[in-house]
Amino acid sequence: MSKMTLKTEGDTHVIVTRRFAAPPEAVYRAHTDPAIIQQWLLGPEGWTMPVCINDAKAGGQFRYEWTNGKGSGFHITGELLELEPYSRIVHVERMHLPDPTPDSHIETLFEADGAGTLMTMRMTLPDGKTRAAMLATGMEHGMEASYVRLEGML
Amino acid sequence: MQSLDATFSALADPTRRAILAHLAMGEATVNELVEPFEMSQPAISQHLKVLEGAGLIVRRVEGTKRPRRLAKAGIEAMDQWLGMLRKALETNYDRLDEVLAGMEQDKRGEKR
Repeated sequence: MSKMTLKTEGDTHVIVTRRFAAPPEAVYRAHTDPAIIQQWLLGPEGWTMPVCINDAKAGGQFRYEWTNGKGSGFHITGELLELEPYSRIVHVERMHLPDPTPDSHIETLFEADGAGTLMTMRMTLPDGKTRAAMLATGMEHGMEASYVRLEGML
Repeated sequence: MQSLDATFSALADPTRRAILAHLAMGEATVNELVEPFEMSQPAISQHLKVLEGAGLIVRRVEGTKRPRRLAKAGIEAMDQWLGMLRKALETNYDRLDEVLAGMEQDKRGEKR
């Protein structure tokens, strides 16, 4: 069973949906409380987030720093534009690789789904240069080659 | 590497996705695509031009014919980025499942 869906919307956005077996309040907290974010927003095995600052209020800023402990690392900074507990977060973020990438705009919705939550994340598709830079972070190392089959698109 | 922006623009159109699906079964000329798609030759040519510009298809010269086929490299470049994103998110959300289960347990513990 695949719980997550990921699809492109036109040539500008990526839409991700995922179900969680916890209520929206908990999933929302997991996206705004630094102590919780640090436990899961890590990418591939072996990466950690030594710095996690999140001023969870409208207009608040955040900064996440990742490292693989082998000399590779990068960070993200961003601003929270809208926060509607426990249903919606709108923010912008950019990666520093180390030059900042153009801002990506991300809206995350949390809806009650039975006893759990349906999360829908709509994010700006980064431009080609940014995607190439993201691929070069080394985040893909250690990941099994997991090519998205084109069936859904073709 | 071809521009991934061009790749995504090219894939945004349902007709072009259908043409790619058709070419996935084997190469075809413009004329061979006119009939199944019930479109004019210039319209098909225009779509092929966009797909070619995005690096998704390539053409070969065979006498007066120019059969088109899928270009693997263009599709794989886009695949690679989406694949990385998917894998990173899946790993994160699987981890979040465990964190959420722990949070629920803590909550029950507090109530006791």
